[in-house]
Amino acid sequence: MSGRDQVLAKVRAALQTAERGAGPDGPRPVPAPGRRTRPDAWDADELADRFAERVDDYRATVVRTGPDGVGAAVAAALADLDPGTVAAPAGLPAAWRPDDALDGSVLRTAELPAVSAVVTACRLAIAETGTIVLDHADDQGPRRLTLVPDRHVCVVRTEQIVDDVDDAFAAMSPADHGPPGPGTPPLTFVSGPSATSDIELQRVEGVHGPRTLVVIVVGPG
Amino acid sequence: MSARWPEVPQDFPKAAKVTLQDEQLRANLGHATTAIRAKRGGVVAEVDDWEDLRDEGAAARDRALRALDERLVELEANVQAAGGVVHWAPDKAAAQRIVVDLVAATGSDEVIKVKSLLTDELELNPALADAGIEAHETDLAELIVQLGGDRQSHILVPAIHRNRREIRDIFREHLPGAGDVSDDPAALAEAARRHLRETFLRVPVAISGANAAVAATGTVAVVESEGNGRMCLTLPRTLITVMGIEKVLETWEDLGTILRLLPRSSTGERMNPYTSLWTGVTPGDGPEEFHLVLVDAGRTNALADPVGRDALRCIRCSACLNVCPVYERTGGQAYESIYPGPIGAILTPQLQGLDTAPTLPWASSLCGACYEVCPVKIDIPKILVHLRGRVTAETDASGKGHHAGVERLAMRSVARVMDSRPAYEAAQRAGRLGLSLLQHGNGRPGRLPGLKGWTASRDLPPPEPSFRSWWREREATGGAPSVGGASPVERPAAVGGAGAAGSVPLEVVVHPPGGRPGVVGGPGVVGRPGGAPTDPTRTAGDDA
Repeated sequence: MSGRDQVLAKVRAALQTAERGAGPDGPRPVPAPGRRTRPDAWDADELADRFAERVDDYRATVVRTGPDGVGAAVAAALADLDPGTVAAPAGLPAAWRPDDALDGSVLRTAELPAVSAVVTACRLAIAETGTIVLDHADDQGPRRLTLVPDRHVCVVRTEQIVDDVDDAFAAMSPADHGPPGPGTPPLTFVSGPSATSDIELQRVEGVHGPRTLVVIVVGPG
Repeated sequence: MSARWPEVPQDFPKAAKVTLQDEQLRANLGHATTAIRAKRGGVVAEVDDWEDLRDEGAAARDRALRALDERLVELEANVQAAGGVVHWAPDKAAAQRIVVDLVAATGSDEVIKVKSLLTDELELNPALADAGIEAHETDLAELIVQLGGDRQSHILVPAIHRNRREIRDIFREHLPGAGDVSDDPAALAEAARRHLRETFLRVPVAISGANAAVAATGTVAVVESEGNGRMCLTLPRTLITVMGIEKVLETWEDLGTILRLLPRSSTGERMNPYTSLWTGVTPGDGPEEFHLVLVDAGRTNALADPVGRDALRCIRCSACLNVCPVYERTGGQAYESIYPGPIGAILTPQLQGLDTAPTLPWASSLCGACYEVCPVKIDIPKILVHLRGRVTAETDASGKGHHAGVERLAMRSVARVMDSRPAYEAAQRAGRLGLSLLQHGNGRPGRLPGLKGWTASRDLPPPEPSFRSWWREREATGGAPSVGGASPVERPAAVGGAGAAGSVPLEVVVHPPGGRPGVVGGPGVVGRPGGAPTDPTRTAGDDA
């Protein structure tokens, strides 16, 4: 009997035993999935304010600007690195791209420790928790690109901000990419810089992931 | 190398007696749990629909568990469709063998690990070491435990029993390159970062656990803070994820629900710094090989118990540890299992067998704080009581924990005595005599042979005449029922026994501080006129 058959046989036997042992009324019914009654949604301005406030709570840097200010905001976020090496994924809008940025989409793991900062877009952002979500598309690059360099500058357009984690999941169902297969993108939820509370539960920012996170929130101009 | 857990744990009361001597431990724990309770309270209070969210979380976990066979088969199909390989391990030995073989096949003699309770439960690191494979723990707390040759004491913060000075000393002695690092948490974290950076870039195989997996999509989730998880899940060529079969969820939306509940309950944050979701393998991004090992190791024992199986809903947040008055004092190591605290007290005996950890269901005061904070509404006190019943009914008394044997013997004797009225009345007389003999000058009983676990920390009440003998005496002296107050307390007939027809009015007696008992009409201690003199210093709460 294979391990698979053994495990499944034990699961099925256990479910039957529990059913029999649950008394005359049978097992307690489980409510069907349904959307909870949700608090009122925020409007676009409230969403952006809430998002910015909560990113800031994580001790990340938040910069708010209009569509024409992104290039300058990116440059300011990198200014103190000079002469650091900056990378950006191939699909990043040209206006957001630092002039001398390496093509981050093709950098190999071994090359990344030499990169000081990376500039990317994101898939969406969550106001309730101050989270940016990456699906590692062409404007964000592979997972390693936003992991190894010590500074991550991420540009968020206000129309990408959703209320809460439930809305984020509703907006990013893998089913949108067709049936499960190699085309299903990985997702990374980032809430502030890397941190640990392992010593006396005191939060320390900056362990293995980027120690500095700069989020540029781009309003509708 | 972390220390192993004992094959057969000793009794919780014995282990707790040792840890209770450690004042440093208690100070460290008190400090940490007080801080985390306040943080959790703050972030939970700002979610308007928190109680609805808990209900939804419990329902999401239950839906998956009630059709666990179907969900697992669905998960397997979807992981494989996305380029992963699924393995099944009925028990610990099978899981160890599968993982060791997978690592050996890569040719690497090193692995990097994300913090995983399941791999600790499975004692994977010792098994890897036996096969000549070195496992590098990369979570800061796990690293502290591993370097110190210590054992974990908390689900979320395994080194919670260590303070910064102890950690500094462990790093100075055991962490390569730590030098004379200070006890500043930022400096200690920096030392760990420098030490592990090269390891992340070099080692080609990673082992992780999983916080959840979605059957409908084949997606696996790991929730973390430091970025060591992302390093392990992204950089190596081969990723081996070891997951308990109970962790599966039915739908993608269910994962969203769990990810709203987990960080607030766990670290007291709105969201943890990093959550990684992946589905099989992605060409050009991340590991080229992904293995998912599905492990039973006792979970089906719990699943078969219609009451106990609710423990399998657990999402390992550790909120129940942080509020538990017993955990806060004994520390996690007294539970002698990777799962300490209230959840451990119901999970460990079910996973390992009631025979192996028969005293853990008693490691609780049943105060209910754990149920209040549980994000998936596991009624831990109810399961504790249920498991106490099962331990008493199902396990062998001899040498397997003192509760089962003595208590079962006592309860059986009581059942026989209570079956017979003459035997019951004789026992009451004997009991009063026995109590009188046991009273010392200070009103406290000596230790009862065979019951010293009970009597060492409890007082026995002074003997009083039984209700029956008081009633008989009253009848004989022809005294009319004296109703002293406007609102007599009614004693249910059943308590009065066969001789008491209908309800019996009794006086309500309160003991004024330092004075003689007086009969008044208000609520207070129910006493009996003509009874033995009652210690006036005792108040109602003393007997509780």
